[in-house]
Amino acid sequence: MRFLSHHPLTLDGCRRGARMSLAAFPGFIVFSMAFGAAASQKGLTLGQVLGLSGFVYAGASQMVGLEIWQQVWSPSTILTIATVTAVINARLILLGVTVQPWLAREPKPLSAVMLFFLVEANWLYGTRYYQEGGRDLGVFIGSGLTLWLIWFLSTFMGYFAGALVPEPRRFGLDFVMPVFFCCLLVPLWKGPRRALPWLAAGVASYLTHVLVPGYAFIIAGALAGVVTGMILDE
Amino acid sequence: MSDVHSLAAGPWGAAITILIMGIITYLCRIGGVVLMSHIRLTPRAERGLRALPGSIIVATIAPVTVDTGLTAFVSLAVTVIVMALTRKELIGLAAGLGTLSLIRALGF
Repeated sequence: MRFLSHHPLTLDGCRRGARMSLAAFPGFIVFSMAFGAAASQKGLTLGQVLGLSGFVYAGASQMVGLEIWQQVWSPSTILTIATVTAVINARLILLGVTVQPWLAREPKPLSAVMLFFLVEANWLYGTRYYQEGGRDLGVFIGSGLTLWLIWFLSTFMGYFAGALVPEPRRFGLDFVMPVFFCCLLVPLWKGPRRALPWLAAGVASYLTHVLVPGYAFIIAGALAGVVTGMILDE
Repeated sequence: MSDVHSLAAGPWGAAITILIMGIITYLCRIGGVVLMSHIRLTPRAERGLRALPGSIIVATIAPVTVDTGLTAFVSLAVTVIVMALTRKELIGLAAGLGTLSLIRALGF
């Protein structure tokens, strides 16, 4: 398939990428099922839930999106969710920055398709493989496609599992999102100094929540965290 | 203008919202690659972006946690402790939700 791409793109590489992504399955399945369950509790239709998982495919923004989800939309609520999505997924820009050298000489349509599947997990496998000298694009595609499929299917299962629970509050399901986010926060811990932006984010978020109606608190908190991170460790 | 309002409020509102979220997310995915073919990110900007994931998490859950009160704090504390010990999301999730349902079953 050399004529399609600059670096090799083999079926073997795809298989290898799919195998690499196995390690991320538990996290993906749990997160995606939690999202599906939370979405069904929130009253989203199956089509909407699958649309979010299949097309947006970015867990944190999907979860936060549920917090802001409306039964009836208006231009201003759409603008809010669009801004929140952009702020949350701005971290994907960083991932793209680091894969740029790998994709620099690939045809643009191929890069465009591959980047749709870019998430932390396959970025991690891909960059590790690249640093070890591997150049087969199949690794990136295989892991990306596998993880997307798992994500999509798990949302589907979570949606029905969530709808089956009779008294969601009794099982704490109304609190799935905060609990799950706390689980995700733990591996990000790199010592108290690196957590200072989080503190700033929490304080700014709560103050904004008290003072300003709506969901501006997410953006205010995220920006406070970024600014603190920029000021910190010179 | 009223056309935009009625379109957003109509049956297609949710689909349009999902489409916009998807497009924005995709722009973030290709943004880094496109950007880097033109400029370099300063170390300062990179540090700021690195603080983003944790900040978003805390910013999202802080208001609902404070508003829910002590039960929320206790459940989240149990979640963090169990997660730190096991490093398995499923177990952390079960511990947090289990604690919350236990507290509620006890009538708090």
